[in-house]
Amino acid sequence: MSQWVIKGIRTGIRSTQYPSAEERAAGVTPGLPAATMLERDAADMVARCPTRALAQAGGGVAVDYRRCVHCFRCVRGVQRPLAWHAGYEWAGRAAAARPRDGEPLDGPFRRSIHIVVVDAGDCGACLNEVRQLNNPYYNMHRLGFFITPTPRHADVLLVVGPGTDHMRVALRKVYDAMPTPKRVVAAGACALSGGVFAESFVCAHGVGELLPVDVEVPGNPPPPLAILHGLLVAVGRKPPAALLSALPGTTR
Amino acid sequence: MDHSRLKELIEAAWGEQARCRLDTARGVNEVTCGRATLAQLCGRLFHEWGFAFAGLIVEEGASEWSLRYVFYGAEQDARWVHVVAAAPLAETVFPSIAVQARIFAADWHEREAEDLYGVHFDGHPRLGDFVLHDDAWQEGVQPMRRGFDAAAAMRDRRPVADWRPRRAVKESGAFILPIGPKFSGVTESVHFQLETVGEDVIRSWTRLFFKWRAVEKLAEGKEAQDALLLAERFAATTAFAHGLAFCRAVEAICGTDVPARARLLRVLLAELERLRQHAGAIQEICESTALVVANSQAGLIEEELLRVSGELAGHRYLFGLLAPGGLAADLPTGACARALQGAQAAVAKLDELERRLTVSSSFLDRLEEVGAIWPRTAKAYSLVGPVARASGLARDLRRAQPYLGYEAFDFDVPVEQEGDGYARLRVLFAEARQSARIIGQAVSALQEGEVHRPVSPAAGAALGWVEAPRGATFHWVRLDERGRVSRYRAVTPSFANWHSFHLGAEKFAFQDFPIILSTFDLSAAENDR
Repeated sequence: MSQWVIKGIRTGIRSTQYPSAEERAAGVTPGLPAATMLERDAADMVARCPTRALAQAGGGVAVDYRRCVHCFRCVRGVQRPLAWHAGYEWAGRAAAARPRDGEPLDGPFRRSIHIVVVDAGDCGACLNEVRQLNNPYYNMHRLGFFITPTPRHADVLLVVGPGTDHMRVALRKVYDAMPTPKRVVAAGACALSGGVFAESFVCAHGVGELLPVDVEVPGNPPPPLAILHGLLVAVGRKPPAALLSALPGTTR
Repeated sequence: MDHSRLKELIEAAWGEQARCRLDTARGVNEVTCGRATLAQLCGRLFHEWGFAFAGLIVEEGASEWSLRYVFYGAEQDARWVHVVAAAPLAETVFPSIAVQARIFAADWHEREAEDLYGVHFDGHPRLGDFVLHDDAWQEGVQPMRRGFDAAAAMRDRRPVADWRPRRAVKESGAFILPIGPKFSGVTESVHFQLETVGEDVIRSWTRLFFKWRAVEKLAEGKEAQDALLLAERFAATTAFAHGLAFCRAVEAICGTDVPARARLLRVLLAELERLRQHAGAIQEICESTALVVANSQAGLIEEELLRVSGELAGHRYLFGLLAPGGLAADLPTGACARALQGAQAAVAKLDELERRLTVSSSFLDRLEEVGAIWPRTAKAYSLVGPVARASGLARDLRRAQPYLGYEAFDFDVPVEQEGDGYARLRVLFAEARQSARIIGQAVSALQEGEVHRPVSPAAGAALGWVEAPRGATFHWVRLDERGRVSRYRAVTPSFANWHSFHLGAEKFAFQDFPIILSTFDLSAAENDR
């Protein structure tokens, strides 16, 4: 078995510097469309979006990131593509997030956080990106994040998927079984808005209809770094993204 | 056996009872027969003439049912046989070919059709409580029917209040160990019931469809390009394969000829996805055996392949590139060459990982002779993909029913005989190598040219098939006069392979369960849809 020990040491440290430095490797994020000034074809652009993530706003196009499913129709096959946000710090505080002054999750315990992951109808991609957080490139343990199988030990509930009818009971039971204080992080367009499944009669328009959500992570799927950002936001170690705002110079 | 010989045999056996209609362009022999002949005809195709069962597609027409049983020549030079049985809408009883013709592979197809359409299969012993859980819905809710009123169904919920799991073991002291739908660390939502009297699992039950999003219902009425969003996103670890199968069905209906460059790029992307998915499956197997360094090494490879995909296609799971008629964007040849280098580097690392694993006795002990599926079983259940090929079935649609020009590529279809967890792992490693070979050939054959041809909408129906990373997938699409989807049915590899999973999980100790599960590389999202 010594071969494994030697192999492990020889491989060296591969973990990203994030959050202390930016990760610049290629292929770590699909990016997101950014609000863009487009006077001429804004209406056409809005019509191209299949999930109504785009809306016309004062001389341009505003983006509702909770709905974007990465279809790339606003950049491929168009004369003037939308500007592209190539980052990954996308997580924001949910509008209905609880007040949390002085809660211990923001204080002494914020470097030892146990996370329970629930699949509420996910397509497999979000879950796969959550799995990557445990591989050496992201190594969430170094930041004090641990996946736990049981809700009884969990501080954070990480939910992926739109919230299918058959998962409602299980999801609620997991939430109720968690001790307080607790946070809910909803990751992925499906968990935020239902994504492409929003019209389905057996899907919620996101898990916010089923649980009080604290932090929202856009993306379809959000790349591992975006989920990591969401977890850091949930325990107050990173500020929420400013990205989730309107067109430059307008309010929405 | 070719089509004319098959036609002779069918006509000799059933005369006027079964009429063959040959579509030479698509290589499909459509056999129309009555309900009385159906079970016998299907049984002969499956058991005597060596056809594999692909799936059952139910369609509700204006006045009649059409039940289409799709068979394909899996290990021979035969093509597609569609057995179609029709009946007036008021008559909802059909023979169960799972029971009457002993085609076990049709078991779950019949259960699904009964649950979603209310079509009854005579002789089937386990109808009900499948897609629609009895503890969530009353019987009689038929969501795939045209006249289904979703709002009314949601208002009037009368679930079975005293639902209890099914039990087979009657011994004294027998109990059920329930697992899921939320279990372990990062897992999909599936429920298992393991029946035991102590140490070994005697009988296991798998309860799926916790993630049912009614994708096929959702697709109805949408334009092809919008339904494609669903095809890509219902099981996104193999998004490209499913999107491709959908696009191929639409292109077959509309008679679109995909340009050569787009075909090669599609091959490249499909094989890149297979390589990445296999690396992910290997990582899960290493993780399940708790071999930490191997788990980390496999995790590095998977993430590197995700980055290669992201750099090449703009999306780590290849979303948004496919379009009916080709690709939505061209990929620069230089970027393809870089992706090839990434794939080759990943395969070199996988080779090293495999060498190390094959001399780690503690690892091999957990996999050898564990979760075995015998070749007979694999055939009876019409299993697909690496699971089938590890059990001696040399089935691969890229060979048996070539598409995208796969016949011009030089690659092997790895097959193992033991059918255990270790055989499945070896098949995954061997297929990953073949994928890199195919990518290399695709990149060197690339020539400049267009990547998309406009699709002129047409009414009709067709089957699109693809050898997805987890095995054969069959997408049936029907478009109406306006070019909108009126029926979409995705028969997925996980739907075929989950059906046999309980056999692998029985007669083993509890602690082998996660290992057996990981070696099957099953996706609940792909099954549930």
